[in-house]
Amino acid sequence: MSQIAASPLKRPHLSIRAGSGFVGLNIAELWQFRDLLGGLARRDVRLRYRQTALGVLWVIIQPLIAAGVMTFVFGTVAKLPSEGVPYFAYAFASLLGWNLFASTLTKAGSCLTGNANLVSKVYFPRLILPLSIVPSSLIDFAVASSIMVFLMFKAGIQPTWAMLLLPVWLSLLLMFALGIGLYASALMVSYRDVQFILPVMIQLLFYGSPVVYSLTQVPDWALSVYMLNPLAELMRDLRWSILGTTTPPDIRWVAYSAAICIGVFVLGAVTFKRMERRFADVI
Amino acid sequence: MSSDVAISVRGLSKAYSISRGGVKHSTLGETLLHKLKNPFERAKRETFMALSDVNFDVNDGDVVGIVGRNGAGKSTLLKILSRITEPTTGQIDLYGRVGSLLEVGTGFHPELTGRENIFLNGQILGMRKREIDAAFDAIVDFAGVEKFLDTPVKRYSSGMYVRLAFAVAAHLNPEILIVDEVLAVGDAEFQNKCLGTMKNVAKSGRTVLFVSHNMQSVSVLCNKGLLLHNGSVAYHGEVEGAIARYLANSGTTSRQDEAPDLRPGTGEYRFTSVSAGRQYYDGGDDKEIKFTVQRRGTSVGAMYFSAHVLNELGAIVAQCDSRLVGDWFEDSANMTGSFRFTTPWLKPGHYRIDMFICVGTGLVDKYEDACALSISPVLPYRYTVPWDGLQYGTVFSDFVWEVNDKLADNRDGNSNADATNSGHPDIRHPDSRQSLAESST
Repeated sequence: MSQIAASPLKRPHLSIRAGSGFVGLNIAELWQFRDLLGGLARRDVRLRYRQTALGVLWVIIQPLIAAGVMTFVFGTVAKLPSEGVPYFAYAFASLLGWNLFASTLTKAGSCLTGNANLVSKVYFPRLILPLSIVPSSLIDFAVASSIMVFLMFKAGIQPTWAMLLLPVWLSLLLMFALGIGLYASALMVSYRDVQFILPVMIQLLFYGSPVVYSLTQVPDWALSVYMLNPLAELMRDLRWSILGTTTPPDIRWVAYSAAICIGVFVLGAVTFKRMERRFADVI
Repeated sequence: MSSDVAISVRGLSKAYSISRGGVKHSTLGETLLHKLKNPFERAKRETFMALSDVNFDVNDGDVVGIVGRNGAGKSTLLKILSRITEPTTGQIDLYGRVGSLLEVGTGFHPELTGRENIFLNGQILGMRKREIDAAFDAIVDFAGVEKFLDTPVKRYSSGMYVRLAFAVAAHLNPEILIVDEVLAVGDAEFQNKCLGTMKNVAKSGRTVLFVSHNMQSVSVLCNKGLLLHNGSVAYHGEVEGAIARYLANSGTTSRQDEAPDLRPGTGEYRFTSVSAGRQYYDGGDDKEIKFTVQRRGTSVGAMYFSAHVLNELGAIVAQCDSRLVGDWFEDSANMTGSFRFTTPWLKPGHYRIDMFICVGTGLVDKYEDACALSISPVLPYRYTVPWDGLQYGTVFSDFVWEVNDKLADNRDGNSNADATNSGHPDIRHPDSRQSLAESST
């Protein structure tokens, strides 16, 4: 749609053309607006717990309660195995990864409609909006991780070298979440139905991924279909990195999941850029 | 490209596609259902040209007032120039850093403190963090909110809120500044301050594009004018020329051609025609506006009407909200009605009427510039005076001047002055009217 080109004069020259066809991601422009990305991320973090009595403690309390409920329902009542670690630590580790994925996806999906006034009144690279969600998701992850360390210590789990691979799994989770989120947010500009479909989809994915149970529980005949969900392999790998569980990553499925996550991210970003020009007119 | 051109616009058009026939689908389900029921129906869509083939150049340091009626394409033009929306055809070149301010306080968040909002808003407007750091004290000073920097802006008075928002924008410091009608907010004192700031921006040699309905602001601020009419450039040149043509146009053209669905509001009801009872009224007459309203959506329950009467300078002379006189109206498919109002004696000229339909929850239809009426050049006063005696004010008042005898005595000399005989204007006395033409020319 537009670009900042070097001009023979000292002044910046901005040229706007009626655009068509493929639009590049324009990384240089995104970099120019990095302060805005930081500002929006800071706004999200500040606002979330403003006027709450417990403040940032909620970042810890929420997954603790969730893990507690999961431990009772799936560990105590349903007696699901947890690969040799206490079920509570198992559930908490799973939730670390799952929450990173689910909250990023949820927030990315509504980032355009939630900031409609910005989109229709100010210019900035629209990709800034979904990207500004990542820092706050990572902060939540970091805070909850401190509890994880405590839980591991209590359960006597030694960290292993596998932990070094954690950033890889997290990046893939984030890319997958952002990829779907980018597509969903662009679609939500025209069709608000997406805001109702998305939570249902996330709920399905929660049970369709090995979050509360282990991959070993999935019957062999179903595995070939089950593993098509890239989250299946990533959840196993994440727990392997954190808890040192006995089921190591399967390199073929890791490659497949990585390809899907990166593919979904690129496709989401390209779709987003292509639909971007219509946002202000439709929103 | 010559070095003194700041903005060059060539062959610019913007088309919006709007659905016709009132059937609108806002959810996927409705769209799918409609497709299933009517598989062979072609989508009835109409193209609406908000701008068509607009060409103009703006030189460095020019302050251009963009004027035109509502729907002439002013806002679309600004949105394209600020890259919020994309042109359908054409090309634009901007030489210099562009800052645009289409709304005061975009991105302000009520829960954030003044300090936090200054940074966030600055970043949203395209400032770098260190630029905001540098301008921070000046911004706070301009807005006068020092004491409340760490208070959430939701606790600010609306005046403080607007001041802070404008203060950030005023320190944007771009080479090309694009401003849309932001002076329409705030009290008179603040508006003057804003106007002063804009003048300073203009004086410092930067290029400014300024949209306003207030011809006074335009004539004070701008040296060039661009008049848009139905999406095309009707005039581009000195500001006086643009204002004169704008004023000459207003009040004469019929507006029935405009698509009601493009107007603001939720649109369950739309005014379909609005017309003045007579083309000409005397200033003190009872005036009547006739209108018809058509239902285009679901029932909304009780509604009320409102009308604004605006003079040529864009100032609202009267706001006539039916709630003030206890009138709410039940809905029905088609309504016709009339709106009658009396005013103090209006000064001769053209007036336009903005009409509104509202329900408790908000705006249903906002028909700006719905109709116009003209006040004949007849004065309520007995005597004719030179033009400077009539130049100011919005209405003609019924007034009396008296000089107190005692005071006159104190001044020894002129105690015999003929105080009681100074003219009583016998307002609304038919015989006392003078033609304005005699007195003004």
